[in-house]
Amino acid sequence: MSLIAFPILFPFILIIILLIFRSDRLSRWFGPIGTGLLAMLSVYLLVLVREHGVIALQMGGWEAPFGITLVIDYFSALMLVVSSIITFVVAIYALYFLTARIRLNRFFIFFFGLIMGMNGSFITGDVFNLFVWFEVMLMSSFVLITLGRTKDQLEGGIKYLALNLIGSLFLLAGVGLLYGKTGTLNMAHLAQILTTDDQAILMNTSAVLFFVAFGIKAAVFPLYFWLPASYHTPDVTITSLFAGLLTKVGVYTFFRFFTLFFVHDPQFWHQLILVIAGFTMVAGGMAAAAHYETRRILSYHIISQIGYMIMGLGIFTPLAVAGAIFFTLHNMLAKTNTFLVSGMINKVRGTYLLKNIGGLYKEYPLMAILFIIPAFALAGVPPVSGFFAKFILIKAGIENGNYGITAVAVLTGLLTLYSMLKIWNEAFLKVQPHNEFEKNTIQKLSFMEYLPSVILGAASILMGVFAYYVFDFTMEAANQLLDTELYIKTVLKGYQ
Amino acid sequence: MEIVLAIVVGVLYTVSVYLMLRRSILKFIIGLIFMSNATNLLVFLSAGLVPGSPGFIKPEGVAAETMADPLPQALVLTAIVIGLGIVVFTLALKYKFFELTGTDDLDQLKQTDS
Amino acid sequence: MNSIILQIAARYLKWILIVFAVLALLRGHNHPGGGFIGGLMAGLAIVYRSFAYNAFQIKEELKDRPERYIALGLSVILLSFVPSLIKNATLMTGLWFTIPLPFNEELKLGTPFLFDIGVFFTVIGVTLMFVFSLTQKSQP
Repeated sequence: MSLIAFPILFPFILIIILLIFRSDRLSRWFGPIGTGLLAMLSVYLLVLVREHGVIALQMGGWEAPFGITLVIDYFSALMLVVSSIITFVVAIYALYFLTARIRLNRFFIFFFGLIMGMNGSFITGDVFNLFVWFEVMLMSSFVLITLGRTKDQLEGGIKYLALNLIGSLFLLAGVGLLYGKTGTLNMAHLAQILTTDDQAILMNTSAVLFFVAFGIKAAVFPLYFWLPASYHTPDVTITSLFAGLLTKVGVYTFFRFFTLFFVHDPQFWHQLILVIAGFTMVAGGMAAAAHYETRRILSYHIISQIGYMIMGLGIFTPLAVAGAIFFTLHNMLAKTNTFLVSGMINKVRGTYLLKNIGGLYKEYPLMAILFIIPAFALAGVPPVSGFFAKFILIKAGIENGNYGITAVAVLTGLLTLYSMLKIWNEAFLKVQPHNEFEKNTIQKLSFMEYLPSVILGAASILMGVFAYYVFDFTMEAANQLLDTELYIKTVLKGYQ
Repeated sequence: MEIVLAIVVGVLYTVSVYLMLRRSILKFIIGLIFMSNATNLLVFLSAGLVPGSPGFIKPEGVAAETMADPLPQALVLTAIVIGLGIVVFTLALKYKFFELTGTDDLDQLKQTDS
Repeated sequence: MNSIILQIAARYLKWILIVFAVLALLRGHNHPGGGFIGGLMAGLAIVYRSFAYNAFQIKEELKDRPERYIALGLSVILLSFVPSLIKNATLMTGLWFTIPLPFNEELKLGTPFLFDIGVFFTVIGVTLMFVFSLTQKSQP
């Protein structure tokens, strides 16, 4: 069962190896192979979860609630699998698209630091431990975002850092108040205490602090301003890594906290979450429609899509939560893919500004196909994964009588479609305008340069075609999230 | 004693918010340090104060009721270490930024907004 | 800064500080002290010289050392996990064993101590990295 700790330990080992052998030639191999092994490990953990339900490891032999517990349930296993696929793909992508100025070795050290923090946040069962993993993740991402050392990156880095640090401090304050009131930080123990306590309403002070903290990390409506200010500055490899993973960790913690133990005041919290989800969708969608730079459009898009995930939490029926998990998984794949394609466009044309480019469909038909798959997925066109995700969410919304948010979700779908079509029309269909970007910087992209996007596109399509099976998994995950008994029993097995 | 420390926490938060709203990046960072310290103090206070009692005792030592809760102390230690790393990184970032642009004015940071 | 007094003093202070750092590390398990504090002290001992001389010079002397310290520290931390894996206990379980010494003394060693040593070296590396990144001008 020590295997549970390996999603954290394995990146840690790789960091040490990369620190000892500081050669870029070796790092080329360590990146993809390490993340590939990690992906296999995650799949195996998912199989284990399928067999046993919830698996837990009491670190250091200290039984919960006194020690730190690592827990993997369906939701965290699914997140592990999808995020490790994304990191694998980005590791390959980095070999070909990372600016030559950034040393691969340096990049991969912090890349694995990010993975370590992220996996830690997915599998920890302790609130303070979660804070520590968040910090590991954020520190790595701070370094990654400023790796290129340009003026824009440093400026974006300051904004990113400032708001995220305030978020972290909110999280820490929330941990302090939580401990002061309950005397425990183990999530399962907290759930046990708070669901039976009749004064649990007092937990709202901590819950608000956590809400703000996770809201900043997940970039929901009034707290998202760091994201569009910083995500378009770093190298596109790093942006695509962040786009797929960072905000989703915030969403994951939202789900974990507000299904496991902050369930004392559902009327208020679910209403608040629904309102915020609506605003997030609309604000992100509108801003995306207004921009003409691919990375900025896609950055605002991230925000818009976060709204859908949070919406599932706000509706809070098993179907809605399953839909939200489905949406999160699909979004991680598709979102990263769009960023990868925008990096390819930049590589052949040398710019991200849509006004300056065009005619790519004629020159690079394969790139056009690779773009249209995640674009359709994001917009929700049937054969690909996004349609089912949105369909489940909207069905759940209508069944539960949340007509307002459902209408907003449907309308935001149009905004998404509009901004995707904008990129499609401007970059691929329009005739290339006569300017300095007319001449390609390189003539042809090699197969390996296409490969990352192909993998993610195939994953999106498979997720759409086999939506039935994926939905089974997410439904199982949703049931586990809403029915916390198994989770609590597995973690606190010796302590009642 | 707890009420005094609670007020101190409040004052520290006030100071930090005031400093963060200034235009200078350096003052912002100082505000961040204040906020981090205020939060650490808050976490430390969360278990209540038990003056004069140790967090760790010998096996034959005092009864558990008179013992201070060691967990928040451990948490604060971790938080301080993390805070140290973050503050240094922020300072290094500010330094690099200053070298590149020669400005310490947050209002000049409008390049990446849209 | 170029003070001859500080330069001479730093040379001796370095070793005194390192001795105290190791002392803090060793008593760390049951008394105030430990890997982090010891590491900070040892790191500062090395940094002292960069105050007295010039940060560039020290960086030249050390040649990439901060990363090496961190790598060493992290590998020692990793090493401290291995016994618990071999003995099939849960990960990070503290395992202790005693080595009998002459004069009826015994030395107690364990994986938490190994962990502390790892933290010690990591913190030295991190401290050096912090100071170097703040004191040196970045290459254009």
